[in-house]
Amino acid sequence: MSDHHAQAKSSGCGGLCGGKCGSTIQDGVIKNNPIIHQVLGVCSALAVTSKLENALVMGAALVFVTAMSNAFVSLLRHLMPRRIRMIVEVAIIATFVIIFDQFLKAFYWDMSKQLGPYVGLIITNCIVMGRAEAFATQNPPLLSIVDGAANGIGYMIILALIAVFRELLGAGTLLGYTALSTAWYEPNVLLMLAPGAFFTAGFLIWIINALRGRKDV
Amino acid sequence: MEAFTGLTAIFFAAIFTNNILLTNYLGMCSFLGVSREVKTSIGLGAAVVFTMAFTSALNWLVYYYVLIPMHLGHFRFIVFIIVIAAFVQVVEMIIERVSEPLYNALGIFLPLITVNCAILGVCLFMLIRDYTFAESFIYGFGSGIGWMLAILAMAGIRQNMKRSKVPKGLEGPGITLIIAGIMALAFMGFSGMINI
Repeated sequence: MSDHHAQAKSSGCGGLCGGKCGSTIQDGVIKNNPIIHQVLGVCSALAVTSKLENALVMGAALVFVTAMSNAFVSLLRHLMPRRIRMIVEVAIIATFVIIFDQFLKAFYWDMSKQLGPYVGLIITNCIVMGRAEAFATQNPPLLSIVDGAANGIGYMIILALIAVFRELLGAGTLLGYTALSTAWYEPNVLLMLAPGAFFTAGFLIWIINALRGRKDV
Repeated sequence: MEAFTGLTAIFFAAIFTNNILLTNYLGMCSFLGVSREVKTSIGLGAAVVFTMAFTSALNWLVYYYVLIPMHLGHFRFIVFIIVIAAFVQVVEMIIERVSEPLYNALGIFLPLITVNCAILGVCLFMLIRDYTFAESFIYGFGSGIGWMLAILAMAGIRQNMKRSKVPKGLEGPGITLIIAGIMALAFMGFSGMINI
């Protein structure tokens, strides 16, 4: 990945991030999308996607947590002893997860109830840990924030795609508003349940791989 | 007697009707990564059962006897993950001293477990459902068995699938997710038998 950054051309906020900003965003959102390419963080991707609203909140949580924890891991990267860096990273990530959880509890109690344990489980979401370990320990803070946010956004897009499909066909609604009238559409409840989540994610990965394969050839 | 039936219900519910992997989607990362062979899945499964049962009991004690009296309930995420990490580390050291073959079988899986979201998930679910100490232990144990059952079944299927032709884009995680979907469909047959 570092090779890739070395050849990257400057764009956008290039001055601040040493010209790697554009390629970092592209990497996180498309090229190395955490869910599709690295198949990380699937747990929550399946659990919260029965409603688009939940998926968006979860995506926002991940953007926040990944960006902030990347920033702090990056700031501390020269101070952290290598042997205990994992536990330091976990502590930093957990701090931001707690902040987000408290924020949800204070202002969006219903959403906090619906997401249940899955907000807390962001701590063990491999995406956050993976970016902290693979990117933030080797790059300056601003670029790390960009990388964290880009990966978070990549995650959010996939979550939203799965959620649109599941909510639309599973309940006939989108963001709680009726989209497919029950007068002529019979909601397929299977999509709201566990098997539907697995099928949707599996087929989404297939479609994206197939499209990409064709482009490469 | 009533307490006993309650515990049995929780145990079987955790395995079949509320399987942590197939209904709560937890522990997917290692499920997708390590389910290629039956032998390694047994190792990882056993390590998960053990850690899940004991960390849920340990975290229950920590939560109700340390965090609640000190009004630090909102720190539970960070405390739980540290307890889990420390427990895994201690177990690894003990196993290394006590039994060489056991260490060879489980050793490489133990560090993986710290980041297995199912372990933390079980600890958070037990708080949401207000379980007692005994219930938490049984719930953790049952969830571990349920997870092991799912990964074993998946490893068996994937071993037999080696010779079959899978469409190119679907190889790896794609087909595993779809098989997991079919398994979840089968497990839905159990739903309604026990309610927790």
